Amino acid sequence: MTALAEERATVTTGQSARPRLPSLARIVPYLQAMPLTLILGAFLLLPILMIAVVSFWDYDFAAMYPDFLLTNYTDTLGSWVTWKTYLNTLKFAVIVWGLTLFIGFWVAYYLAFHIRTAAMQMVLFLVCTVPFLTSNIIRMISWIPVLGRNGLVNSTLVSMGIVPAPIEWLLYSEFAVVLAMVHLYTLFMVTPIFNTLMRIDRALIEAARDAGANGWQVLWHVIIPLAKPGMAIGTIFVVTLVMADFSTVQVMSGGQSASVALMMKNQMSLLQYPAAAANAVVLLVLVLLMVAGILRVVDIRKEL
Amino acid sequence: MSHEKRTLEFFVLTAFFALFVLFLYGPLSAILILSFQGPDGGLTFPLNGVSLHWFANLFERQAVGDFGGSFRRSLTLGLMVMAVTVVVSLLAGLAFRQKFRGATALFYLSVASLVVPSIVISLGIGVVFQQLGLRPSWYGSAFGAHLTWTLPFGVLIMFAVFNRFSPAYEEAARDLGATSWQTFYHVVLPIIAPSLIGVGLFGFTLSYDEFARTLMTSGTFNTLPLEIYGMTTNVTTPVLYALGTVTTGFSFLVIAATLGAIVYVGRRRART
Repeated sequence: MTALAEERATVTTGQSARPRLPSLARIVPYLQAMPLTLILGAFLLLPILMIAVVSFWDYDFAAMYPDFLLTNYTDTLGSWVTWKTYLNTLKFAVIVWGLTLFIGFWVAYYLAFHIRTAAMQMVLFLVCTVPFLTSNIIRMISWIPVLGRNGLVNSTLVSMGIVPAPIEWLLYSEFAVVLAMVHLYTLFMVTPIFNTLMRIDRALIEAARDAGANGWQVLWHVIIPLAKPGMAIGTIFVVTLVMADFSTVQVMSGGQSASVALMMKNQMSLLQYPAAAANAVVLLVLVLLMVAGILRVVDIRKEL
Repeated sequence: MSHEKRTLEFFVLTAFFALFVLFLYGPLSAILILSFQGPDGGLTFPLNGVSLHWFANLFERQAVGDFGGSFRRSLTLGLMVMAVTVVVSLLAGLAFRQKFRGATALFYLSVASLVVPSIVISLGIGVVFQQLGLRPSWYGSAFGAHLTWTLPFGVLIMFAVFNRFSPAYEEAARDLGATSWQTFYHVVLPIIAPSLIGVGLFGFTLSYDEFARTLMTSGTFNTLPLEIYGMTTNVTTPVLYALGTVTTGFSFLVIAATLGAIVYVGRRRART
């Protein structure tokens, strides 16, 4: 199409036709897309295929042997521990999702509707963004002096006489895991919601007000429905990050809680790669199903 | 918007936002302060004197493992990932402006790269290298693993940028007789330069801080996040906080430099 149009243009304007093969223009996008395709092919597709293959292999303490066994799957899925671990991971995902959605929406709403100048919006948005560009592990560690047995929260509560002895469950507990995850992942909710809120036509809100809607009605019937695509994209980020997490669970629970990825990591450190691979396949299928479900609500290409 | 109702909602949300910012920065500032702990101080408040003891401790090689070496590796790897992410995302963004076979598949492959659990990628690349008889290394397998995390961000940003990009500028340039290369270099590139700098920032910081994808792929030598992770289990002195302060300070420097560059590019464009 474009090549044809170009040809016609050169003919009509009588410009000296550039010595260009008509097929060249057509292969340009393929050349431009090639590096991305090659990198994702080599480091995403191939490894996933390899995992799928290896998950059927046999293994002992020293090596893996090509085979076609279902034992890795039956062992994993037949174990009560696996199911408990999956449920525990899903529990983290649901709680963290709910909290980040609530916090993320109100932060984005505040930035989009209550901050009047674009410059101030940008500054406050950056204030929210900067911590997310620093190390996750450092941000986890930073809770130790705050939540620890002799940490800021406990010493304050004790000295104020609110509790007689330091609270033990602040650090190295599931509470700490959830708190750290919310701390780490809320921005992934704020950004997409902020993006959709900024694109809402302000005339719609005025129209709703003119039609007699009060503040809550505007929020509930106009703003939230229009913000749903942003919430969906934020949900994809948060849910996949929590489902894949092992370092937060390990560091913040002090080894007292489990997640699927942590279980995989332990299998890997015992060199049980085929067992870890079977788990990886199950986890991957679960995550992709969740994402596919969310994608039915939102068309990402339209939201960018 | 209606001013009479705004006040209460505004103040409640301002307080909420302030709490959120405190939540984000409070713990970070706690380790910042505690890294200046005196030589006899512990991991928690109160401060037992003020000193640079733990920073000095950081640079004694035997005390905390190979901090200098792992920092150099992470820095180099971050720069490599940044360069490749910028170039590949830009090319892919240009490709997505035209129609080509497999465009939708490639787009969803990029999205998949974002949602596939990092430990799955780590395991997969580890197994592939093992089966091919290749030695995993931070500049090989870990480099590729990081790209699967930074590229989707870059590609989605470029996709969004070109979605909003008016072809009128290019048409004008072409009408004035510019070749397609001149159009790209003198028209398209300056317009998208700030976004490219942003993509570079994402590429660098995501790689510099990446941990899960490096776990199975870094080979013999640790990157900085792996080194820090190792320290969380066996270091019980504030040297951990000193390391946190140094690396966070470095991240802040990188972010500030990037924002400065974006502002500079914007100003220069406004002047011409």
